[in-house]
Amino acid sequence: MKALAARRRHPLGGVVVMLLALLVVGGAYSVLTPAPASAAAATDDDIQAGKELFLANCANCHGLQAQGTDAGPTLIGVGSASVDFQVGTGRMPLSANQPQAHDKPVQFSDEQIAQMGAFVASLGPGPAVPPAEFQEFTDDPERISKGNELFRTNCAMCHNVVGAGGALTRGKWAPNLQDVSAKHIYEAMLTGPQSMPVFNDANITPEEKQDIASYLHFAGTEPSPGGLTLGGLGPVSEGLFAWAAGILALVGCAVWLGAKAS
Amino acid sequence: MKDSPTTGHAAVHSHGGGTDLAAPEGTDLENRFANPGLPAHRFRVTDTDPKAARSAERQVSTIFLLSAVGTVVFLVGYFALPIEEDKSFERLLLSTLVLGLGLGFAIFCIGIGLVHWAKTLMPDHEQIELRHDIAGTEDDRRDAANIILDGVEESGVMRRTVIRNSLIGALGILPIPAVVLFRDLGPLPGEVLRHSLWENGVRLTRDPDGTPIRAADVTYGSVFHVIPDGMEDSAHPIEEKAKAAVLLIRIQPEKVQAAPERDGWDYDGIYAYSKICTHVGCPVALYEQQTHHLLCPCHQSTFDLTQHCKVIFGPAKRPLPQLPITVDNEGYLVAQRDFPYPPGPSYWERGESE
Repeated sequence: MKALAARRRHPLGGVVVMLLALLVVGGAYSVLTPAPASAAAATDDDIQAGKELFLANCANCHGLQAQGTDAGPTLIGVGSASVDFQVGTGRMPLSANQPQAHDKPVQFSDEQIAQMGAFVASLGPGPAVPPAEFQEFTDDPERISKGNELFRTNCAMCHNVVGAGGALTRGKWAPNLQDVSAKHIYEAMLTGPQSMPVFNDANITPEEKQDIASYLHFAGTEPSPGGLTLGGLGPVSEGLFAWAAGILALVGCAVWLGAKAS
Repeated sequence: MKDSPTTGHAAVHSHGGGTDLAAPEGTDLENRFANPGLPAHRFRVTDTDPKAARSAERQVSTIFLLSAVGTVVFLVGYFALPIEEDKSFERLLLSTLVLGLGLGFAIFCIGIGLVHWAKTLMPDHEQIELRHDIAGTEDDRRDAANIILDGVEESGVMRRTVIRNSLIGALGILPIPAVVLFRDLGPLPGEVLRHSLWENGVRLTRDPDGTPIRAADVTYGSVFHVIPDGMEDSAHPIEEKAKAAVLLIRIQPEKVQAAPERDGWDYDGIYAYSKICTHVGCPVALYEQQTHHLLCPCHQSTFDLTQHCKVIFGPAKRPLPQLPITVDNEGYLVAQRDFPYPPGPSYWERGESE
């Protein structure tokens, strides 16, 4: 330390200290700031292949530079999670100009979807496909229960309390969420596709997103001893069934009561 | 077969072939149409065939036995599927199903059996009961009127005016206790509905966690369901939530048709609006992030967030009240003060204010 102390007055001492300080601050910054969301380990080849797929299939509406046109929004900054959701559920490419995109049979392979995602992620930082640990359902009852509570507060008003879906305005609707993968539910919350608002990680944490998806999986797969669930839609479908079937049964009883014995 | 009853059943008891039943007096219908009378009695298989009667008897008793089976199913279900031990939802559904099917089947079979018994085995001869005049005879009616008139006369209620008037007075004030009792159903809400838990400095927290929200967390397109900090510790959390529930969204400033008098009520494009519909108080929470419309699930009232939640469709009359917000020195969103107008649906004392 003596040698260091002795050179403290060296004319270049200030410069060295400043360089060291910058190094510490820069290092700390790069360690402490959350890593920008981007597709994991996308190679230049993936991005190039994704770009070719994009130009062939998407650029017509989203523009050659993905800058957006009158027919489709810009994809700069939407991230690979958006691509994985929209293409991975078959909503994109759009089949027709409609109030809302339908989910259809998926048009691309998983690899092609990942390549397009890598290309879109390379255009600007955006939400990434969730890590593998959040792409699975949990069967922890406490987390499923927590997911139910969060779902009722944040989602059930549009998607129905068991995720059966429901109507919105002017031909739009909130889709059925049963049988949707944990990954796609996670990505929908993260990116807010179409009419759906965004539920970012500061609002609903990644673990809570997984809880919600797990609750939906639980609600969709829970056995129903009574047999007919009628979609779990609540009083509308159940009331209709009770009226139609119940009144038919009562009419049948009344006809039998009034008929003379043979 | 029909003319040779083999059971001990009495022959036809009807007044078949009667002439006075159908044609009112004073018309010449009788002359124009022959009264066909009642159709001949038709004997049932069980009246004519003893084997069929025995078979019907067996059917009825079988149905009653089935009812007993239903009762046993109920009892077995009750004791074999206790919902206290296995608290799963599946067990509850299964228990409800077995109890309901068992008891319903038991009661249904009793009814079916009784009706089947009556239809096949009990006597089914037709009977006619002629209607009588409802009014009594002239004498009876005169007697009844005289009883009342004599009573009035003998009581002297028309002569003794002091008694009469004091009775009227006593009867007049008799309903007042009812008024007092009904008053105890109150008190009227008074000012309670005008005030919520929001006041200057109260943090906006997530529903249901109660964790505070940083302004930076509210990105464009996202929506937060908000309750006031400390709501769970208040005396009546559910009632407080019904007044204080808030929806938090962020809109690009250029999209908002901002009213000048509400300048400073939002924080950097973050708007907080009451989540309680002004129609009948459902939670208005269907937020379409592209159109910035809020839709009420109950009656489809639609509010436009870009116009301070103006009603653009549906039965709601008033816009959703806006909660003026800002940030505290730690960066968390806080209320500036309570809602400027009472949130939720109209009530008697509310007045006409927006």
